[in-house]
Amino acid sequence: MEVKPPIPQIPPPVWTEFKDLQEWEKYHQERATDDKTSDALAAIADTIHHMPGGWIVTTTTEKIFNWARKSSIWPVTFGLACCAIEMMATFASRFDVERFGMVPWASPRHSDLMIVSGTVTIKMAPMLKRIYDQMPDPKWVVSMGSCANSGGPFRHGYHVVKGVDRVVPVDVYVPGCPPTPDSLMYGLLKLQDQVAEFQKTGTRPTASDSK
Amino acid sequence: MSTTAADASARLRETFGVEAVVDGALVTVAVPREQWLPLGSFAMRELGCRYFNWLSAIDWKEEGLEVVCRVENLDAGLVLTMRTRLGPGETCCASLTGLYRGADWMERECYDMFGIRFEGHPDLRRILLSEDWEGHPLRKDYAVDTPFAPYR
Repeated sequence: MEVKPPIPQIPPPVWTEFKDLQEWEKYHQERATDDKTSDALAAIADTIHHMPGGWIVTTTTEKIFNWARKSSIWPVTFGLACCAIEMMATFASRFDVERFGMVPWASPRHSDLMIVSGTVTIKMAPMLKRIYDQMPDPKWVVSMGSCANSGGPFRHGYHVVKGVDRVVPVDVYVPGCPPTPDSLMYGLLKLQDQVAEFQKTGTRPTASDSK
Repeated sequence: MSTTAADASARLRETFGVEAVVDGALVTVAVPREQWLPLGSFAMRELGCRYFNWLSAIDWKEEGLEVVCRVENLDAGLVLTMRTRLGPGETCCASLTGLYRGADWMERECYDMFGIRFEGHPDLRRILLSEDWEGHPLRKDYAVDTPFAPYR
């Protein structure tokens, strides 16, 4: 029997490079080095701090700022996997973290906190880094659940980042698979304590330090 | 065109000279690698299996890779599973994209995960993993702790 397959008539794909995103990343990398304002403000604060009695002003304002920061931590809604269900339950009315001033916000530009809720795959990690970079300083990260902490049950998979601290610096680790809303709320309260002690001086840990 | 399972089995035997395994409406047939495309064409044109369900592969280690594909005749309720052994060390197989448009992405995934090169595929790129990935992770000889800086 003579069998001839037809010639495939599938058009070639139109693959456009993501030029705008690459340019965006380049712009932000350059801007980090060109930032003169923060250094100037830090120098002014340092001068006031070293004036006679000036430390009362700086430490008191720092306390007020930290109180304001910890009372209005806005987490960016970043649900990755099943942990996101528990995170949504935490945000919803039964557990209601809004009484701590936490409003789930759908934009990284207005957010202070990223709750990494779920498995971070190697393909997702650059996007996670990009969202983290888009958040304004000061910013915090809560690693929620076993997968985000260490890779969890998927640690031996070929596609899973073994802990989100390899991508972004993490402040609070919440264990559990998935953590209950109570656990996450405890972690968020721990984070509030951490924010109350926040110092602008010193260096924050980076992803490369945690290795 | 009668397309019961027993009839399909008999016609496959007379065309390709292979014995098909019949289990209810499920017909499983294994052919040599050279007859993969004629078998696909026969299944589509003669048996009326116009619905392409899925395509995947199995790594039998030393015995090489095996491509498995399921097509269905939805009108007659006939389910045909086609299998072919590529042989040890072989990674080339004929592509079914000319017959089934649905084979396009399944063969790309198969290439992504097993490294099987489908000859005649119009656009054989990685589909799930990133472009700079090294290796094919569903092969048995792929080490899961292969370094992938800085994530693994």
